[in-house]
Amino acid sequence: MRKYVPKDNVQKKAYYTDRFHVVPSVPREKVEEGSHFADVVKTMGTDAKESYVQIGQLVLHISPEDNFKVMKTLKEKCGYTQCSEQSAVDYLAKDNEFELFWQLLNVNEAKRVRVVCRLANGAAIESIEPLFKSANFAEREMFDMFGIKVNNHPFLKRILMPDDWEGHPLLKTYPLHGDEFASWYEVDKIFGKEYRDIIGPENRDPGKVDIEDTKRFSRVGYEVPFGADYNADEEVAVEYSETALVNYNKKASKQLDERR
Amino acid sequence: MAQHQVNYASSAGLPIALTSVDKLVNWGRSNSLWPLTYGLACCAIEMMASGASRYDFDRMGTIFRASPRQADVMILAGTLSKKHSEFARRLYDQMTEPKWVISMGSCANTGGMFNTYATVQGVDRIIPVDIYLPGCAPRPETLQYAMMMLQKKIRRESADMKKNTKQDLTTQTGRRARLI
Repeated sequence: MRKYVPKDNVQKKAYYTDRFHVVPSVPREKVEEGSHFADVVKTMGTDAKESYVQIGQLVLHISPEDNFKVMKTLKEKCGYTQCSEQSAVDYLAKDNEFELFWQLLNVNEAKRVRVVCRLANGAAIESIEPLFKSANFAEREMFDMFGIKVNNHPFLKRILMPDDWEGHPLLKTYPLHGDEFASWYEVDKIFGKEYRDIIGPENRDPGKVDIEDTKRFSRVGYEVPFGADYNADEEVAVEYSETALVNYNKKASKQLDERR
Repeated sequence: MAQHQVNYASSAGLPIALTSVDKLVNWGRSNSLWPLTYGLACCAIEMMASGASRYDFDRMGTIFRASPRQADVMILAGTLSKKHSEFARRLYDQMTEPKWVISMGSCANTGGMFNTYATVQGVDRIIPVDIYLPGCAPRPETLQYAMMMLQKKIRRESADMKKNTKQDLTTQTGRRARLI
């Protein structure tokens, strides 16, 4: 039987719900016997907790403490000599953990492997920089964007955001328009905190027109000198001008309502 | 330039032209506007095109200089990220007076489509701007027009830079401060 929903407040509810929405998922295929991927899984042994093929790529689930060992085996025994990408996904709200992934490429076989692990919030991961030099920047970016610490990294420092930045922007809890620190960053850094009042908050509406600001905006039919004080009483329509903008289109093009 | 008709035959034969200091100084300033070679994003490509042979900034006396010490105009061409804002302001401070600023393109004017945590929402939050140039990205003709508008503005100004007020970095509540 369908679940009972009280209907006394239906008007206030949003009429759109996503109850029929099905999150698309990529089909998982089994690793074929005798294929290259089957050999890889066999070499991994018990390190691979789960293995399947998605869109022609092998996916290996490992435990986070095995990552260096697994990468080393993949590089030296299976010929995966390139780490093309490495990052993380924020699942903190759901599971209080991150999903870390490494994308490896075998040039001779033209095959790719994705190594995936789940890392608890606050835990650190071992650096794979000794194996793949490309992991150096990728791990720094992961640290910058998610705050995931990497053990034995040669130079773990923010890579995209400024060094004195607070917060990790790719976390789902980080607001798109930035927290208070982010919204005042340039003012605090250049002028100092006492200039916050003078410069004012950020204008997040790029289509904003301030009619009282006669320095940045001019209006058709109400032309005043640059920087003049705005006075609503003095607002007089200009009939004709050679220099200023004048709205010559007095009549509306369409009279929709005859009574007006 | 001459404000008064000069009859060379009756003025002891001297080639005299009378004008005011303001006109003379501003004539020099407005016709040798040297911008800083400073590109931030895709608008810089249009700025480079303006400087190259087809659109030819040089014919207006606009020659890009590689040092802020030699530059008169700062063209903020592109998205100014918060990380970079400090350095943009430092370059502006390093320019010698008189100096002017053109904010080129939507990103420099208001932050544009980058309504995010990492982008400065309008360069006039940190640098006083003289000319706002709309567009995404503005074509080279538009930048040339902005440069001509700036020349026009300079010709109206006083030769004494202390008399010329820079744009205030004004709050939305109307409180004002001069940050030059």
